[in-house]
Amino acid sequence: MDFFHVLVVLLESTIRVSVPLVFAALAGLFTERAGVFDIGLEGKMLGAAFAAGAVAAVTQSVWMGLLAAILISILLSLVHGYASITQRGNQIVSGVAINFIVAGSTVILGEAWFRQGGRTPALAEGARFQTINLPGADAVREVPVLGPIYADLLSGHFLLTYLAFAMVPASWWILYRTRFGLRLRAVGENPGAVDTAGISVIWLRYRAVICCGILCGFAGAYLSLAMTAGFVKGMTAGKGYIALAALIFAKWRPKNVMFACLLFGFLDALAIRLQGTPLPLVGQVPVQLMQALPYILTVILLAGFIGKAIPPKAGGVPYVKER
Amino acid sequence: MDNIAIELRGIDKSFGPVHANKDINLKVRKGTIHGIIGENGAGKSTLMSILYGFYQADSGEIFVDGKPASIRDPNTAISVGIGMVHQHFMLVENFTVLENVMLGAEDSQILNKGIAKARQELKRLEKEYALEVNPDALIEELPVGLQQRVEILKALYRRADILILDEPTGVLTPAEADHLFRILGQLKAQGKTIILITHKLREIMAITDEVSVMRRGEMVATRTTRETSVEELAELMVGRRVLLRVEKGEASPGDVKLAVEGLTVKDSRGVTMVDDVSFEVRAGEIVGIAGVAGNGQSELLEAIAGIRRATSGTVLLNGRSVDVTGHRDPAELRARGLAHVPEDRHHVGLVLKFEESENAILGYHNDPRYLKGAFLDIDAIRKDAEEKIAKYDIRPPNARLKTANFSGGNQQKIVLAREMERGPDVLIIGQPTRGVDVGAIEFIHKRIIEMRDQGKAVLLVSVELDEIRSLSDRILVMFAGRVVGERSPEATEGELGLLMAGVEGRKEAAE
Ligand SMILES: Nc1ncnc2c1ncn2[C@@H]1O[C@H](COP(=O)(O)OP(=O)(O)OP(=O)(O)O)[C@@H](O)[C@H]1O
Ligand SMILES: [Mg+2]
Repeated sequence: MDFFHVLVVLLESTIRVSVPLVFAALAGLFTERAGVFDIGLEGKMLGAAFAAGAVAAVTQSVWMGLLAAILISILLSLVHGYASITQRGNQIVSGVAINFIVAGSTVILGEAWFRQGGRTPALAEGARFQTINLPGADAVREVPVLGPIYADLLSGHFLLTYLAFAMVPASWWILYRTRFGLRLRAVGENPGAVDTAGISVIWLRYRAVICCGILCGFAGAYLSLAMTAGFVKGMTAGKGYIALAALIFAKWRPKNVMFACLLFGFLDALAIRLQGTPLPLVGQVPVQLMQALPYILTVILLAGFIGKAIPPKAGGVPYVKER
Repeated sequence: MDNIAIELRGIDKSFGPVHANKDINLKVRKGTIHGIIGENGAGKSTLMSILYGFYQADSGEIFVDGKPASIRDPNTAISVGIGMVHQHFMLVENFTVLENVMLGAEDSQILNKGIAKARQELKRLEKEYALEVNPDALIEELPVGLQQRVEILKALYRRADILILDEPTGVLTPAEADHLFRILGQLKAQGKTIILITHKLREIMAITDEVSVMRRGEMVATRTTRETSVEELAELMVGRRVLLRVEKGEASPGDVKLAVEGLTVKDSRGVTMVDDVSFEVRAGEIVGIAGVAGNGQSELLEAIAGIRRATSGTVLLNGRSVDVTGHRDPAELRARGLAHVPEDRHHVGLVLKFEESENAILGYHNDPRYLKGAFLDIDAIRKDAEEKIAKYDIRPPNARLKTANFSGGNQQKIVLAREMERGPDVLIIGQPTRGVDVGAIEFIHKRIIEMRDQGKAVLLVSVELDEIRSLSDRILVMFAGRVVGERSPEATEGELGLLMAGVEGRKEAAE
């Protein structure tokens, strides 16, 4: 295999593993820009993945699975919203609680319903997403350089993959070009300004939290209906936290979020590829080190290279008018 | 009978145990400027926020143009034509001026159309009222005076007929305040109604038609401005006679306690904020630093207090040098007899979430008086705080209350008590009475003069020229980072004003 070919394969798997990160980080972008910190991305994604796997297995319909994923994720978001917006609770505690509850209950419910050690049954073809070949992919494969890029890198992904990358400009447009986006960004910076402008802070933040739920639903569904054929316990494996790191790394901006997710996805893909293959000079790199790399990178880069990441000013603080 | 724009009947409001508004009645005539005055914590902001729908009254009725209005939230207030400029601005700092003005009044789901319209409307308002600001500037990059303009533009953009301004001049330079009053006059001429809250009685006398006085949650009087006087208003506010100008004897300066030589300070962008400043402060004298806000006074104060690094120069405290350019240690300076009342009490002087007694020892917590072995002696701390509360008449007299729940004037007293009761040799004070009512001003001024008479060296920075003139024994005027002149307190306001504007000083410096 020549170098070019290896690169195409590596980038192709980068895209594959980046998709849930992109969805989840964009989900976090919506709530955090509205001033609600959300450490529960992981839990929502996991809950959605389980719901998708379970419902798709029972109904044999991928679309029912996707719908279930989104609904469950919205439900969990609303729980987080109720705790942190209505009850003005601690947003970190609420997020962590959701992660724990979901991690435990998916296993219990999965075992109770399907008796496969916390898995959901393997999905048949109609019950999971299929890859899409872009028009003319096979015809151009033999064209040097551009051929493989089109046929192997860009073509042959799932519908949700294309959706994830389409969500990046869409999120940007919503945040920066619509009234909803203007208000959402404002409420994350100074809810007092929003309130005195005659807009309901609470309803606005709930809407942001629901957006987050929808996107996390896609992320979860991608895991159990596209990337694999069914739910496996703990299958998010920290992706929610990596998405959070990407969000900080990207300084809460949509385009940067995509690049941060692709970077972390690339590291992940590289780690998988290098597993067991000794590198020249350094020898075998422990896989744990590779897995820790996104976090290490975030810390190092935030510490000096990309400047300060300033979170939305009202982030994490419940809006209290009367002390 | 004149038209009544706003009528409040029986407005009552409590925040937990605090009864902020007690059965308030108020009538504001259409097309007039109506002043509201009262001590810190009297409930002025609360009352106005109820009128604006920001808070909900526990009981009472609001009438707008004679019709009952149920104002449930700011949205309904805006729809009946009420606009408000809050005491603490309600702006999104990393948004542009245009975005802030539009927020909540965007008139379509997609921004583009609205932006063009807003831009046009802003331009019109700008012309009509001489309210220039760059619509594309970020709020955080604007000085406070311009930020306030944006707040006013917000209200006008929503076509407010009734405009509430809550202490608008507290943050303005005298020239900016004049400009604001011209705008208010113009709005009044157009038939708009204005409610103005301020602590400055001179402003009340100069611009309002009527004035209402609040005291401890109650509306105690309403007067026609022409028929009242500053003295009467001050007495109504505080409930006793107030000395508007403190009396003080001759100073008897002793040894030099604080000597500043060639001090230069640059900010983080490398702009020179303090430029080669030298002066001395002797025991038993008050040296006042006058100047329009932003001419380096703040940075000078911070550099002397050891909070900000100076680029060059020396400072001698009690004859011993202080390392102002290198390793600075405010705790050591305190131990050596320096006390500092910072300009910005919220950010530098207090931890608002702490209880009063904790703030009363902030920075002095290693004093053996407050320690029992390795632990804090809570009883001793509370007892100490209670003594200060009594001595400085801090209200409410509760050492365990969270500091955020004290009004501005009382918070200031907490800081003053902490720093003054140390018996320092040198006291440096920034804006001692910013946002503080007349009763408390009198008290604070008296204490500062007492400190001087006890032989302390006092360095005072204030943007209030009256304050500088009535307290100081010598006045230094700063302009653009330099001391452009020294005057005696007898100098006229006009003379000092020219120096502050940098007109006279340049000549003098050139000579
Ligand atoms: N949001 C709030 N929650 C609880 N207590 C409050 C709140 N706002 C004001 N208070 C309390 O209500 C009382 C009246 O406060 P208010 O701000 O109306 O006074 P003010 O007359 O505007 O004073 P100042 O001149 O200092 O601005 C004070 O005791 C204050 O501590
Ligand atoms: Mg107030």
